Amino acid sequence: MNHGNGGIYMNKLITSLFLHFFENEQIREQADSAILRVNEGHLAYTTDSFVIDPLFFPGGNIGSLAVCGTLNDLAVSGAKPQYLSAGFIIEEGFKLAHLTRIVKSMAIEAEKAGVRIVTGDTKVVNAGKCDKLFINTSGIGLLEERHLGIGSGQKIKPGDKIIINGPPGEHGMAVMQARKLFAFKTNLKSDCANLYPLIRKILSASDHVHFMRDATRGGIATVLNEVARKCNTGIEIDEMQIPVNEEVKIMCEILGFDPLYIANEGKVIVIVDPDDAIEVVAAMKRTETGRDAAIIGEITSDHPGRVVLITRSGGKRIIDELIGDQLPRIC
Amino acid sequence: MKPEGLRYIDEYRDSALVLHLSNQIRKVSKKPVNLMEVCGGHTMAIHKNGLTGFLPETINLLSGPGCPVCVSSQTFIDHAIALGNLPDMILTTYGDLLRVPGSLSSLEKEKAAGSDIRIVYSVLDALEIAKQNRKKQVVFIGIGFETTAPASAAAIKKAEMDGIRNFYLLSSHKVMPPALEALAAGDTKIDGFIAPGHVSAITGYGIYQKFAKVYKRGVVISGFEPADILQSILMLVKQIELSNYHVENEYKRIVKPGGNPKALAIMEEVFIPVDAEWRGLGIVPESGLAITEKFAAYDATRKFDVKIPESKPPRGCICGEILTGKSKPSDCRLFASVCNPLNPVGACMVSSEGACSVFYKYRA
Repeated sequence: MNHGNGGIYMNKLITSLFLHFFENEQIREQADSAILRVNEGHLAYTTDSFVIDPLFFPGGNIGSLAVCGTLNDLAVSGAKPQYLSAGFIIEEGFKLAHLTRIVKSMAIEAEKAGVRIVTGDTKVVNAGKCDKLFINTSGIGLLEERHLGIGSGQKIKPGDKIIINGPPGEHGMAVMQARKLFAFKTNLKSDCANLYPLIRKILSASDHVHFMRDATRGGIATVLNEVARKCNTGIEIDEMQIPVNEEVKIMCEILGFDPLYIANEGKVIVIVDPDDAIEVVAAMKRTETGRDAAIIGEITSDHPGRVVLITRSGGKRIIDELIGDQLPRIC
Repeated sequence: MKPEGLRYIDEYRDSALVLHLSNQIRKVSKKPVNLMEVCGGHTMAIHKNGLTGFLPETINLLSGPGCPVCVSSQTFIDHAIALGNLPDMILTTYGDLLRVPGSLSSLEKEKAAGSDIRIVYSVLDALEIAKQNRKKQVVFIGIGFETTAPASAAAIKKAEMDGIRNFYLLSSHKVMPPALEALAAGDTKIDGFIAPGHVSAITGYGIYQKFAKVYKRGVVISGFEPADILQSILMLVKQIELSNYHVENEYKRIVKPGGNPKALAIMEEVFIPVDAEWRGLGIVPESGLAITEKFAAYDATRKFDVKIPESKPPRGCICGEILTGKSKPSDCRLFASVCNPLNPVGACMVSSEGACSVFYKYRA
């Protein structure tokens, strides 16, 4: 199971198996979307599969997640999402009423985003051969020449500021809560959201956005480690500057989790030129999904490949790649 | 409604307070001292918060045996694996135990191979699984010290009350005082103990008097936040500098002198002390908790007769020396090379509170 958690095992699987056999210049970039040259312009193309349990959770369901997740993968590459596809693998006996609710929320999310779901596929499998419902979506977006390279991080340089649009961990903790694993109740909701409106504001506030990535599985720690490794640069973040959701913090304190490793579905890490950082944050704060935006750290030339956190108490520690899933402490 | 923030968290992480305590320690500390943080939770808190950077060179911190997963013997893991291979068996466990290597396999590998092994967050969840699967046998793998043993005892009592007959405990529960005594009497040079806060919340302070009076070691019961730990170190350094050894309680907001009488009573009712094997310490007299005759029907050891392979400790692994403060993870030639979190050789590299895992993760 560790091969699917966004951490070090999954990275090994991707590089040693998929990249090895599928080798080409687009896949080698390992960005959220592949960038394809078409006539005089560029297309961003991405795909994602959704297997979440439970299918419905506070703040969304597998359908809204499947649409927003793919929209976000296009948007963080700097592209304007245009068209989506949707494939459904349905377990025999799955209630039509549930499927209707899910498909409706997909339609609503797509309409809100101004994109169309233009093609699809349906398979039904015998009971026990899949877990209720799996959805795959893929998406195409248009990419302007000036936004090329945002998805791959090739423009990142020391001194760049690292920005996040809000507190990490809400999606993962809301889903954990929906699984009824713990006896305490919270008002937590998944942050599942289409980030394109926010990203449009970011791109119009600055021509020097050097990188964007939505921090999903493995949380912001995983995104930052990918950046540090891929660009061979150091990263320093300041715990005091990271926005906090009190309920996420409380659950994490009780269970011994680190919110930096918990999944999000509406959080983006933005790396920008230091001269533009304040302006970008101000633009983000004017949007619904960026109200709590903050500069949380910067790219350094020290300790290349490493992400270092300055703790609230003034100490320093390494934020490593996720190895196994986080497990609640024993005592 | 916005929830009220957790109290006693941010106050104890305040950087000005931490710096102040650090300066105090530097002022008071003259001679080199070895302090053992007994609890794995302390080891983790020290490195997660980067506290070693706040200490003078005179202070050497040693990790202790207070990590339930780490001290569980290889034979115990093998026993659990053997139970998991029985037909109609559901094994339930705290998640940390899954990746600990047994002689030939781990619970995680057995789970992937088809054993029905489920992670639970509380022993009462295991009881619930038993209730919902009456035709199956449900074993809870009980590890931990005075902190988790009362919950296991309570689950057995509840199983009896609710008439649940398919729930069993495989107990590897342990108690702290005999292990600390083995350490104090042993050849590890320890000047003072940073005593485990949550164990003490159950036991109270009485158990430590001997270490101050007989063994002449400093003892301070400590909380788990940065300011707690530095304050406790300061208190210990003062005791040792003045050779005035006594038991002090830094964690007053949680630990009361008499501990938790209810929890102690239920432990006494369900468990009986027996000699137990600790990784690193070997057999420690009266340090394990077995199930009493009265509750024998819930004892997985008595109920299921399984063959446990003879085990040999992994070659080159010095988990045992690390758990007794004789070595640091970086002294092990397997550390970060052959043994790493992706491929753990010993239990200390697996548990989130294990010294090797903490040193690796935070590059202490």
